[in-house]
Amino acid sequence: MRNAFADELTKLGQEDPRVVMLSGDIGNKLFDKFKDAQPDRFFNCGVAEQNMMGVAAGMAMNGMRPVAYTITPFITTRCLEQIRTDAAYHEVPVTIVAVGAGLSYAGLGPTHHACEDISFLRSIPNMVVMAPGDAWEVRAALRAILRQDRPVYMRMGKKGEPVIHSGPIEDFEIGKAITIEDGSDVCLLSTGNMLPEALEAGRLLGEQGISTRVVSFHTVKPLDEACLADAFQRFQRVVTIEEHSVIGGLGAAVAEWAVDTGVDARKLMRIGTPDKFFKKSGEQEFARECLGLTGHQIAERVCATVEQRTSAVS
Amino acid sequence: MEAMALDRSPDGEALRAQAARIRGRVVEMCHASKSAHLGSSLSCVDVLTAAYWHALRIDPKRPDDPKRDRFILSKGHAAMAIYATLAMRGYFPEEELATYNQDDGRLAEHPPANLLPGVEAATGSLGHGLPIGLGSALAGRIKGQDYRVFALLSDGENNEGSVWEAAMFGAGQKLENVCVIVDYNKWQATGRSNETLALAPLRDKWAAFGWDAHEVDGHDVAKLAELMANVPNGSGKPVALIAHTVKGKGVSFMEDDNNWHYRAPTAEEVTEAHRELGLI
Repeated sequence: MRNAFADELTKLGQEDPRVVMLSGDIGNKLFDKFKDAQPDRFFNCGVAEQNMMGVAAGMAMNGMRPVAYTITPFITTRCLEQIRTDAAYHEVPVTIVAVGAGLSYAGLGPTHHACEDISFLRSIPNMVVMAPGDAWEVRAALRAILRQDRPVYMRMGKKGEPVIHSGPIEDFEIGKAITIEDGSDVCLLSTGNMLPEALEAGRLLGEQGISTRVVSFHTVKPLDEACLADAFQRFQRVVTIEEHSVIGGLGAAVAEWAVDTGVDARKLMRIGTPDKFFKKSGEQEFARECLGLTGHQIAERVCATVEQRTSAVS
Repeated sequence: MEAMALDRSPDGEALRAQAARIRGRVVEMCHASKSAHLGSSLSCVDVLTAAYWHALRIDPKRPDDPKRDRFILSKGHAAMAIYATLAMRGYFPEEELATYNQDDGRLAEHPPANLLPGVEAATGSLGHGLPIGLGSALAGRIKGQDYRVFALLSDGENNEGSVWEAAMFGAGQKLENVCVIVDYNKWQATGRSNETLALAPLRDKWAAFGWDAHEVDGHDVAKLAELMANVPNGSGKPVALIAHTVKGKGVSFMEDDNNWHYRAPTAEEVTEAHRELGLI
């Protein structure tokens, strides 16, 4: 995802003279093309995220479109007050891009894990919160973000994730979820880098005779309420899937929406990380396996709770 | 846009008279609203007067002019002082000062975002104004505009790590059109600022962080006006003015008495203050 982000931002930097790139001293060589093309619009802000976010807000107050980038905890919790007060309260178009969301950097330990960021960011007024599902969604999201005027938080995985879409997503809209696979029994709402696991879960459920819709729910705020209303009406089970705590993330947002709107909230099942720090060494795949977040584990968890309709089994 | 400030030298007498009028309004506002931060407001009035009546290239009728100089009150708790300044300078009617801290008004105890003409940034949480100012200055540099950015910080605000992140960044970017003024009144909310954290030597700290740092009498309004008008000053560095001030300046029984960080004056004390300020 991050390479797609750097590449798309380089293009956008050429198209839009307002685009400014701010990096928190990461992305060695990642932004070389942007820097070469726009040397006066690239700033390595050092390991000083509070200042970086305030600088970004100051730029945005003065007509620029700053994109501030570093590893997830450092561009969210480290400078949360600057995000809230400088960017969101002033309602200026700062784009906050996080790399390594969830357990992408599992091996680096809990200092670098980020399973709380959606919760923090979506509670801030004026903030848009996005988590694209693959590299093409990252590109489309970035373009959509720079077409609008609000502060946006976009969380990404790392590099080398499976590419799901076949090419550019022409009709991408902030707040409009994308159905990747359609089905009729169970609806999986995946946000961010869990999309490949959700698709694998959908495939395995299909093998069990459970027809599964898989949705890339790339915007957590604002929620795609039409998508949710349809899901709760048509499916016997709606499952949120995220590499984020079950406290405050997509699942919590959907649960709040379900209670507020009066749909049958008992249909909802939330899959995410537990309310614990993950302290073992090991890479993302191992961490997901430990926490029940892999495709086959999701399929098993969902299958155990679904009434299999014999009519749906061929 | 008004004529360049550099074309004229500061009129010290007129500036001192203006500062006294602002102090008078601030004391009235504090009495009427029973709000805090009177001492902190009075200590920075001369800096505000020097800025708004001499150094800044501004037009109150065009508060959003892209080429205007930016002045950010990073010590947002001195809201009474900036409100009185902006109103008396013509950004909004002076009568509105009577609504300060009243229900359903625009003048809250800290300056608001996107609501009041002349307020460049909402502040109140310390350590935010300078990074915003640096971003404003960089936006100007990218767009080829030569506006200056001034940020007024409190001495207690220098406790915040973000101030020093910004100090290093501003020096690193050689933002010579940026000027920090520290209202060094030697008090923070609950104690002497040099007994709270090791603030001194403050000028040396800013100089060590790469700024062209000067100590100045923060009540010498003519000198402040001259130094601020002279930004960028040819040093190639951002400028830091360590302005030695007295908390509660202008009213003898408030000066250097930290009770006035939270206390509001009685009607009799307002009258006495006005008398001392030469307003009656």
